[in-house]
Amino acid sequence: MRTRDPDQVFRFVCWGLAVGLVVLVVGIGLTLLAGSLPSLKTFGIRFLWGRVWDPVNEEFGALPFVVGTLATSILALLITIPFALSSGIFLAEYAPPKIAGPLSSLVELLAGIPSVIYGLWALFYLVPLVRWFEMKVGAPPFGLGLPTASLVLAIMILPYAASITREVLKMVPHELKEAAYGLGATKWEVIRRVCLPYGLSGIVAGFLLSLGRALGETMAVTMVIGNRSEMPQSPWDLANTMASVIANEFTEASKDLHLSALIEIGFLLFLITLIVNTVARIIIVRLEVR
Amino acid sequence: MKKGLLMGLWGFLWLLGGVVLAGKLTLLGAGATFPYPLYSKWFHVYYQKTGVKVNYQSIGSGGGIRQILARTVDFGATDAPMSEDEMAKARGKILHLPMAIGAVVISYNVPGVPSGLKLTPQVLADIFLGKIRKWNDPRIVELNPGIKFPKLPIVVVHRSDGSGTTFNFTYYLAQVSPEWRKRVGYGKAVRWPTGIGGKGNEGVTGYLKQFPGAIGYIELAYAHQNKLPVAALQNKAGKFIRPTLESISAAARTNIPPDTRTLIVNTDAPDGYPLSAMTWILVYQEQAYGGRSFERARALVDLLWWCVHEAQNYNEALFYARIPENVVRINEKLIRSITYQGKPILR
Repeated sequence: MRTRDPDQVFRFVCWGLAVGLVVLVVGIGLTLLAGSLPSLKTFGIRFLWGRVWDPVNEEFGALPFVVGTLATSILALLITIPFALSSGIFLAEYAPPKIAGPLSSLVELLAGIPSVIYGLWALFYLVPLVRWFEMKVGAPPFGLGLPTASLVLAIMILPYAASITREVLKMVPHELKEAAYGLGATKWEVIRRVCLPYGLSGIVAGFLLSLGRALGETMAVTMVIGNRSEMPQSPWDLANTMASVIANEFTEASKDLHLSALIEIGFLLFLITLIVNTVARIIIVRLEVR
Repeated sequence: MKKGLLMGLWGFLWLLGGVVLAGKLTLLGAGATFPYPLYSKWFHVYYQKTGVKVNYQSIGSGGGIRQILARTVDFGATDAPMSEDEMAKARGKILHLPMAIGAVVISYNVPGVPSGLKLTPQVLADIFLGKIRKWNDPRIVELNPGIKFPKLPIVVVHRSDGSGTTFNFTYYLAQVSPEWRKRVGYGKAVRWPTGIGGKGNEGVTGYLKQFPGAIGYIELAYAHQNKLPVAALQNKAGKFIRPTLESISAAARTNIPPDTRTLIVNTDAPDGYPLSAMTWILVYQEQAYGGRSFERARALVDLLWWCVHEAQNYNEALFYARIPENVVRINEKLIRSITYQGKPILR
């Protein structure tokens, strides 16, 4: 009894915590589902493509928010990919160890800045910049909306995408690289033909995880997206996201259907994030198998 | 099982200890966020004067109504009177006591246009409907002779979060514009025909400062603290009224029903600012419920009496208008009608 005691306890603790986490996630999903029942009953599946969000007449559709969330997140990812790739490659391959260490920590430091700080910074520095640019290209000069929100999101997810790229590139076996050098490949050729293909699925998975983070980001986006609950008509338009409409309207949603519709938005966001993360995991698993 | 019982007992003793050690009792209140700065000041002063603590949680008007209905607090607080449905849910009659008057002000950022821009309700509604799009629109120019308006697009800024401020503002527009009533309606959150949404008064204030051409609605205190220009609105009597503590207070100098459950938005008081709104404290008329002691009921009534009289002197420094004499009289009558086991508490 005595000998196996600590072992047993440790095993139980680990099991308990692991199962507890799963129960928690399932529980959150179920709670959201239960909360959205009234809205599900009233609007059914057409909630997904309803374009009207009218709390006064209790007409609710999620499409503008789904579009806003996906547009800002995907745009942010597209903006962040070149920066994340190049900084990841630089830190893993080019930077001398003396610089690589501190530089990596600096990039990771970006991840530690609170969301509201990004929001404030974007409001005071990014918004005038975007407005200036919009005036140049003849777009409506709000300075707010999809472009600004995507930019600030891109900066926020950069540290995640960059660190994962660096880590994955560092995992490339030395033998492979040495062999390529032995065949007379240049550094660029080694990176392009050996490192990147080897790490591709890991890098893609990393980007998808960053996308998952962008999807749920609330505070910074709310501050610069313009909070307009209509379908965006152009890439310059004001918009709203799923996370920010919940943050905005939840506290004072006094009608039951309004509250339920907001919870259903939360449920949808939960599902979308779950799907993105699952896809990322599948890709990672495939990488490990190989 | 036994352990749970012990824990419960321990918790009970701990609570009891807290109450006994505090000596004086603590009254509990919850509700509206709008009067929170004022109530904090009041209750702090009241504690220093009497030793009675008041714990007020600003959880929002909806929460305040839910809490008083659930009888978990001594008083609730709300920016909008309870609806008939909500009143029907109450076990016992709930009284509405107006405590202060706030205002929604129209503020703007137009180069060359000073404070006091004159707006009629119709023009205001058409701006927020997106029908008047430029600052040099003839309908605005005509109201403001002598001011040179730039050829600047109007950027409408509204609240993106659900709020009592939005309720009062949209309720006003629905009163003065049939088109607004039909197309938008009123509520704490509405489907805005145009404009940018800012989160909270501070969000709207931020956009107002940042965007040339912006117009938006905020609470009076925010306009003052940020030194933003405010518009003079034409009231029912046809006068252009600037939002001042006097004109806001004057808005309630009109026919207030005995239960005070009315909105003074679009008031017919001749000197009243039309976008004014009262904020209420909610209490049960019969105080002997849920095992409450007479001392507790008595302390609550004393507090309320103090709130509608002496406390009013603290309002104006915090940019809340005081309740006018006629409303004070109604409050006195209502407070005198509060009973404990059927007997009036105040004599």
